[in-house]
Amino acid sequence: MEEYIPLLLTKYNYWVYITLMMIGLWAMIAKNNLVKKIVGMNIFQTAIILFYVSIGAKYGGTIPIIQHGPGHGHGAAQIKALAYINPLPHVLMLTAIVVSVATLGVALALVIKIHRRHRTLEEDEILEQLRES
Amino acid sequence: MKALALAIVVLVGGLLVSATVDFPDWADPNSPASRHVSPRYIEKTMEETSVPNIVTAVLADYRGYDTMFETAVVFTAGVACFLLLRRREPRPGPSRVYRHRATGVIVEMNRVPDKEPSPDVFKRIDDDWTPHDLIVMNVCRLLIPFIQLFALYVIAHGHHSPGGGFQGGVILGASVILMALSWDLRTAMLRMKETATGLMSAMGVFIYAGVGALALALGGNFLDYAALSPLLRVDPVAARSLGIFFVEVGVGLAVMATMVLIYKNLASEGRLDQGL
Repeated sequence: MEEYIPLLLTKYNYWVYITLMMIGLWAMIAKNNLVKKIVGMNIFQTAIILFYVSIGAKYGGTIPIIQHGPGHGHGAAQIKALAYINPLPHVLMLTAIVVSVATLGVALALVIKIHRRHRTLEEDEILEQLRES
Repeated sequence: MKALALAIVVLVGGLLVSATVDFPDWADPNSPASRHVSPRYIEKTMEETSVPNIVTAVLADYRGYDTMFETAVVFTAGVACFLLLRRREPRPGPSRVYRHRATGVIVEMNRVPDKEPSPDVFKRIDDDWTPHDLIVMNVCRLLIPFIQLFALYVIAHGHHSPGGGFQGGVILGASVILMALSWDLRTAMLRMKETATGLMSAMGVFIYAGVGALALALGGNFLDYAALSPLLRVDPVAARSLGIFFVEVGVGLAVMATMVLIYKNLASEGRLDQGL
């Protein structure tokens, strides 16, 4: 038991993201309502975003915007990579957030389309209607 | 079904948890993710592009190709929403629905005039009724110009502070959506027509790809903004900074128009008639 405590303390960001991701996965598989499935998908995406952003963190690092940077074209004299957190996960997640909003829009459009046709959003009722026809 | 789902979730979760043992510690400066390409970005961005915000520089310059297609994905999502939902049926009978703004009652008009009736038509129905959302409507009316100004600032100041095309574009789109929510969809549609949203969305992607193609025409690589320096009459480093700005404007336009397009189609089920 003793050796698990440091493991828990130094890697808690992964625990948070796994918890969120499993909530999303559970919602996507087990929920019957299509909108709840979409909410699950969004929680899943948020978990991925948290995972990436937490990877970029560095002890003692500040946000990746160079403070008092040298002027245009003067070269980078004293920019230390350790002083700034990793910008790459932030870039990837910046676009991922907007794309997740766009996919959410398309998913909701599909849901509206399904509701227009079947008058319900419960998966089992839709399947029953499809079987009958 | 639930038992199967629980089994899958527990299995996947257990596998992921057992994998964390091999992962780097939280905020470890020597983690593999921070050792390879990111130190180069941090140390060279200022020298190569003169943009202090490394995120912006990586987004629009080093990974510009990736971001171009992210913008294309956003545009495609907007087009997909439009194609899925937009209804252009010849109106079944000449009736259209209007919302009486003061009471929230939806009125169906059987005989539609050729011209859009002005919103004042409904005012006369009960003039001394105090609209229940008077404060919301007027606060939003005062606030929206400042929100839009702030959005433009976020787009243009993305080089020096957190911000850029995606964030500014979303704020700009949110300001139009706020107008549609606090007034009604038709008022927002008067300010921003459907063709305008579609054209602006496509225009954003076109600006992005156009800047890249311009660099190609001037002898550089695709999206290599340094090649724009003879055209802009600045040195190559400043040209990269300016190129990032042009691209961010394109991203902002595309994102703003797409957000509005998706909202309009979702809120009114594709009729663009009477929203939420």
